[in-house]
Amino acid sequence: MNEPKEGNGGKSYVYYPGCSLSATGVAYDESLRTLFRLLNLRLQELEDWNCCGATSYMCIDEGSAFLLSARNLSLAQKIGARELVAPCAACYLVLRKTQDYVEKHREIGGKVSESLQRAGLPPLDGVKVRHPLEVLYNDLGVEKLRQLAVRQWQGGRIACYYGCQAVRPYDEVDRPHNPMRMDELLRAVGVPTVDYALKTKCCGGSLTGTVHEVGLRLNYILLKEARRKGAEAIVTLCPLCQFNLDVYQAEIARQSGERFDMPVLYFTQVLGWALGGDFKELGLKRSISGSDLIRRWFTAKEEVEAYV
Amino acid sequence: MSEANGNVRIGVYVCHCGANIGSIVDCKAVAEYAAGLAGVAVARDYKYMCSDPGQDLIRQDVQEHGLNRIVVASCSPHLHEHTFRTAAGKAGLNPYYMHMVNIREHDSWVHEDRASATAKAIDMVRAAVRRVARHQALTRGSVPIHPAVLVVGGGIAGIHAALTLANAGKKVYLVEKQPSIGGHMAMFDKTFPTLDCAACILTPKMSSVKAHPNITLWTNAEVTKVDGYVGNFKVRVTRWPRFIEEDLCSGCLECIEACVYKEPKFADEFNLGLGKRKPIYIPFPQAVPQVPIIDPETCIQFKSGKCKKSCLAACGERKAINFQQKEQVEEIDVGAVILATGFKTFDPLRTPYYGYGQYPNVYTSLEVERLVNASGPTAGEVVLRDGRKPKSIGIIHCVGSRDVAANRWCSRVCCMYSLKLAHLLKEHTGAEVFNFYIDMRTPGKGFEEFYQQLLNEGVHFIRGRVAEVTDWALDPTEEGKLVLRVEDTLLGVVRRIPVDMVVLSVGLEPQPDAQDVRRLFNISCATEGFFLERHPKLAPVNTFTDGIFLAGCCQGPRDIPDTVAQAGAAAAEALALIDAGSVEVEPNTAYVLEEVCSGCRTCVPLCPYNAISFDLQKNRAQIHPVLCKGCGTCVAACPTGSIRQHLFEDEEIFEEIEGVLANV
Repeated sequence: MNEPKEGNGGKSYVYYPGCSLSATGVAYDESLRTLFRLLNLRLQELEDWNCCGATSYMCIDEGSAFLLSARNLSLAQKIGARELVAPCAACYLVLRKTQDYVEKHREIGGKVSESLQRAGLPPLDGVKVRHPLEVLYNDLGVEKLRQLAVRQWQGGRIACYYGCQAVRPYDEVDRPHNPMRMDELLRAVGVPTVDYALKTKCCGGSLTGTVHEVGLRLNYILLKEARRKGAEAIVTLCPLCQFNLDVYQAEIARQSGERFDMPVLYFTQVLGWALGGDFKELGLKRSISGSDLIRRWFTAKEEVEAYV
Repeated sequence: MSEANGNVRIGVYVCHCGANIGSIVDCKAVAEYAAGLAGVAVARDYKYMCSDPGQDLIRQDVQEHGLNRIVVASCSPHLHEHTFRTAAGKAGLNPYYMHMVNIREHDSWVHEDRASATAKAIDMVRAAVRRVARHQALTRGSVPIHPAVLVVGGGIAGIHAALTLANAGKKVYLVEKQPSIGGHMAMFDKTFPTLDCAACILTPKMSSVKAHPNITLWTNAEVTKVDGYVGNFKVRVTRWPRFIEEDLCSGCLECIEACVYKEPKFADEFNLGLGKRKPIYIPFPQAVPQVPIIDPETCIQFKSGKCKKSCLAACGERKAINFQQKEQVEEIDVGAVILATGFKTFDPLRTPYYGYGQYPNVYTSLEVERLVNASGPTAGEVVLRDGRKPKSIGIIHCVGSRDVAANRWCSRVCCMYSLKLAHLLKEHTGAEVFNFYIDMRTPGKGFEEFYQQLLNEGVHFIRGRVAEVTDWALDPTEEGKLVLRVEDTLLGVVRRIPVDMVVLSVGLEPQPDAQDVRRLFNISCATEGFFLERHPKLAPVNTFTDGIFLAGCCQGPRDIPDTVAQAGAAAAEALALIDAGSVEVEPNTAYVLEEVCSGCRTCVPLCPYNAISFDLQKNRAQIHPVLCKGCGTCVAACPTGSIRQHLFEDEEIFEEIEGVLANV
């Protein structure tokens, strides 16, 4: 892990990794930390964070899910933070929804405050939930990123895939229909992206585990259309999307007879590379599909020359 | 009750309004309570006070019981104040000795508990009894009417209203914001369901407007100020420069031909950017007036001052081109105003899932009207932006309409114009045409028959709201196509329909400046932003401001026949008003107690109607009783309490307050 350097002048953010980023999505965590370090932005992990409540808990027992989620927001407030950065799209949505419901519905707010008080925590007072894509877009900006890029892109064209939870129903990360911010950031550092009409369509979510054939079909459609549009890789901002698109490619190939071998990366990995991060610290070795391509694209020119 | 009112004899009438009031308010109990109040000589409840026998009751009681004040507890004064004032007048009383209490809209319609609603009615009646005892006799004034009419908006509504009035011998001023009259109708190709050519039926009327001796037409002009009141509006019209002197121009259009731009180069507004025009242009061939306009944004002479001005040479001795032309202000007096400011079409960027602005071959219905039109940008040939002829076309109904995320209302015309476009597109291209609809709404003369005709012509109808327009292809048949994803609710399956061209049947919305116009003319808008009629059934062309009438889509979406009918109705209402010669004005106006007024002038700038002037010799404020609308602003603002208001005298209001609070 790359510990953030203290007091180097950049803005500081309190960071909520959630479970995915410490497990299947560890590459997201690694690349996010690296990217922020390269941007001179400080990421401070929230201490003693717990499960966000996730989408499934929300469906079964909304009340308890709100409490679980609110504890994280309250912890952030306790250390004086006004914002909490959550990279996982599911965490982002659940935290954002909790904040919204607590603010808008007095009954939920009352219950949450009461429980937080019993735990010795402050009631929620407008702590803002943020996503790294929107942080980079709004706080840093496309132009700044363009200036900071140090490496020339040597890979192929990319389909930016936003999934559902980061852009719906809240439109603060990006607009719900045809979001473009990930495309804009990547293009700023010289990465060509394709028009991808399926960028907010379903990756199957947990269907890959429950109704497997439906989940696979949805991922097949996403991969096929990305290739049809001339993309050689997919870049996403959600650990579940990344997981679904990445790990089932072999099975999809067996069933459909079409091989994709398409890298499925986090936007933080690609941006981090453009800013000078190295292969290992961006978690690039952790991808399953298209690993040859990844090695080719993300090996610095001097290293490529050394290979040959 | 004070001594001064000892001789007051009040009659109280509590109306059941059938079950409207009677089912919630115990009207009998209210009348019985009122009978015991000081000054009340008689109190009754009655099923319908507004009926003839109800009104007769008042007259009989005035004779038999010597009544000199009347309280009617019934509906809103908006509906029947005039009725009961007249009844009081017929009974020999001053009409302003009658006071109404609204126990329907303010009580029975908004409460459910009978006991509380009855208690509230009792409080309101008690307040009215105490108030009416203080009422003074008032008389209505009368003012002459200026026999001219202003029509705002030169679409088919404004054109028809203006011609109707002008043919009746009235002076009409027609003001249009665009360089030509004609409005949306001039952009249409054919009209449904008869498929007659829109231009062929509209342009003769446009020419008549120009030629009519009773009509003064100002295009490229806007109403910028409105003062006055019914019968006597003072209106300022600003005529924006078009840089051509209208009275010198012969309409030869040689200047356009001569422009240094040999080919049209700039997006043409009339063709919605699908075609091109020069910096000096005429919006469309049949434009009225037949006078070009110069766009200073694109004209080289305006941008750099270094044009060789070949247009000027072409115009020659006529000298109609005037680069120095400034805006011109016209001040007119009119007795009535007809607003016919029209609508705008829904902006499909608000429904991004239909791909407008993202995929070039997604068009709005209005754009397609221009594409199929012989005088349109492609001379009537339907071709896509890449020059291909579409082989399949999808028409999506209800875009922006019947949608809680956009506009909730049905825009009324889209089903029918979609059928018309389907017919025309099929005729022009032979393409396979799909209509995607939620419900087919064909409730007009010949409409359903037209729908049947389209079914027989082989146009496809798929019932379902389209989810999205996308270029994502699942199989080779979808390559290079726009795919409409839709749940076919008759078939019960989700379908993907690949087409070459998508037409969005956009709904109708209020003009973007409707709120400014509303403020300018002091009228109201309904929640969706269309101008509000005085009564949805019984006064559909009137507004709450006397003398201002509505015609066409500014009041709500409607088709051409309905628009023309409504414009005729508005013209008839305006005619009835100005032909009466004079109009009565209500006496509930403010007045100045000269002996108390300190001459501080606080009130003068506050009056929204400019009714207050200042008499320098007397050093006192003066209120013009005809201009005053009785809003009460000056009464409240006067620091010395020297402004009072008829029907809202301090004693009347204090008695009313004490009356309503007497049981608290």
